[in-house]
Amino acid sequence: MAYRWKNDLTHADVTPKAAWLNRRQIMAGAAGLGAGFGAASIAGSASAQDALEPNPLEDITSYNNFYEFGTGKEDPMRYADQMEISPWSITVDGLCDNPGEYSLGELTEGLTTEERIYRFRCVEAWSMVVPWNGIELGDVLAKLGPKPEAKFVAFETTVQPENMPGVRRNVIPFPYVEGLRMDEAMHPLAMLATGLYGEPMPKQNGAPIRLVVPWKYGFKSIKSIVRISFVEEQPPATWNIINPNEYGFYSNVNPLHSHPRWSQESERVIGGGLFSSRQPTLMFNGYSEVAPLYEDMDLDVYF
Amino acid sequence: MAVTDTINSTLRKVPAWAIYVAGFLYAAWYFYLGLTGGLGVEPINTLERKYGLTAIQLIIAGLAVTPLRRWANINLMKFRRAIGVTAFFFVLAHFCVWALLDVQTLARVWADILKRPYITIGMGAFLLLIPLAATSNNLSVRKLGPKWRQLHKLVYPAAILAAIHFIWLVKGFPWEPFIYAGIIAVLLALRLVPKKRRQPAPRRATT
Repeated sequence: MAYRWKNDLTHADVTPKAAWLNRRQIMAGAAGLGAGFGAASIAGSASAQDALEPNPLEDITSYNNFYEFGTGKEDPMRYADQMEISPWSITVDGLCDNPGEYSLGELTEGLTTEERIYRFRCVEAWSMVVPWNGIELGDVLAKLGPKPEAKFVAFETTVQPENMPGVRRNVIPFPYVEGLRMDEAMHPLAMLATGLYGEPMPKQNGAPIRLVVPWKYGFKSIKSIVRISFVEEQPPATWNIINPNEYGFYSNVNPLHSHPRWSQESERVIGGGLFSSRQPTLMFNGYSEVAPLYEDMDLDVYF
Repeated sequence: MAVTDTINSTLRKVPAWAIYVAGFLYAAWYFYLGLTGGLGVEPINTLERKYGLTAIQLIIAGLAVTPLRRWANINLMKFRRAIGVTAFFFVLAHFCVWALLDVQTLARVWADILKRPYITIGMGAFLLLIPLAATSNNLSVRKLGPKWRQLHKLVYPAAILAAIHFIWLVKGFPWEPFIYAGIIAVLLALRLVPKKRRQPAPRRATT
C-alpha cells in the first residue's frame, strides 16, 4: 500500500479517563467534547468522520457479540473474565517465511502502537465509535513474511470450553474463524488492536489481541486471536459457513445490500437512549479510501 | 386432589383484574427502566424483545388454561380472558416499540413488513389477534354465540406464527425460541387428543 494511515488526533483529543469512566459526565460534556473532535479530521476520510466522538467505555464493554460467552449482548461482560489470556501464544503457519509460535510481545515487538478512533458497524444495524490502540495489521504481516502464493490470511479465536459457556452450549461452530484477502489485510486501515482508551483490551472486547477492519461488519473483526495462517484459497469464515445467504465472505458495510432479514440502510447508534434516532449507514462505513480494493467487483454478488 | 383443591380455592380469591393491573405495571416498569438506563446501553432492542417475549409467554399461558383444567384439574378459566387481553396488550406494545422507537419511519415500517419474512409473519400474528382482542367482552360472546369459539381458535395460528417469528429473528442456534416453539406445539397438539367421558371433572357452563 502506498500510504500510511495518518492519525491527526493526539492523545489530547481522547476523552479524559475521568470523563469516560462517568457516563453522565460525558453526556453533560458532549457538546464541548464534540467541538474538540470536530477540529480534528482524519486523513482521506469522509466528512462524517469529523464529528467522531468515542462512545463511553461503558457502551463499548457492556454491549458485545462474543458468542463464546453466550448470545446475549451482556453475556461477554458477565463471563469473559473467566477467559485465560496469559500466557498468550499465537500460532503463525502457512505460506510465510517466519512461521512459529509467537508470544504477544514477540508479535508486536518493534512495531508502532497507535491510537485510532474508528466507527464500528455491526451487521445487526447498530454502531458505536471506539478509540482502539494497536498496530497496523500490514506491519505484523510484513514481519511474518508472506510468500507470493499467499492470497488470503486466516484468523482463529481461542476456544476454552471450561471458561466459555457459549462454547459448551455450541451456539455456533467453534473455533470462530475469519479471513481477509491479502490486499485487504495489507490496507493501512486494518489493525490488530491490543487495547482501547489507552488501557489493555478488556476481555469482552477480544483480549489480548483482535482484528479491527473498520469498513467491514463487526463480525469480521475477529477477537482473541490464537492463529494467523497464510493461505492460497479463500479461508472459511464462521458466519459465512452458518448462513452464506446472509453473511458473505467480504461483508463490507454496504447500505445498498440489505441483509435478507433487515435493511442495512440505517443504523442505531449505541448509547443514545430510548428515543435516539437512526443514522444513515455509509458505504464502507464511511471509509471510502478502501473502494479501490473492490473496483472490479460486483458488491451485490460479493457481499 | 388436595393440592389442586387448595390451588383452585386460592385462585378463586384472586380477582381476574389483577392480571390487567400486573401486566400494565410490568410493561410500565420496563419502559421506565429503558428511560433511566436500567436496560443497558441499547434499551430500544431490549425493550422490544422484552415486550415480545412477555407476549409469547402470555399466549402460552392462555393456551395452557384448557389442558390444565382437563388433565391437572387446575381451573384458571376465569383468568383466561385477562391473560389473552394482556397478551394482546404486550403484542401491541412490542409492535409500537418496533415501529416508533426502532424503525422510526412509516416508509421503513412498510418496507420491513413487505420485504422481511419474519416481520411479515409477526405482523400476521398481530393482525390475527386484533379481532380476538376486539371481541373479548361479554356482549360479543353473547352476540356471536358458537361463532365466538370458532373465531377465538385464531389464537392457534397466531401462536404458531409467533413461534416462527421468534425462531426466525435470532442469529445462531440459541435454545430459547425452540423451547417456546416446542411448548406451543405441545399445547396445540393436546387439542387433538379426543375427549374421554371417564371421570368427568366438575364443570360449570363456561365459555
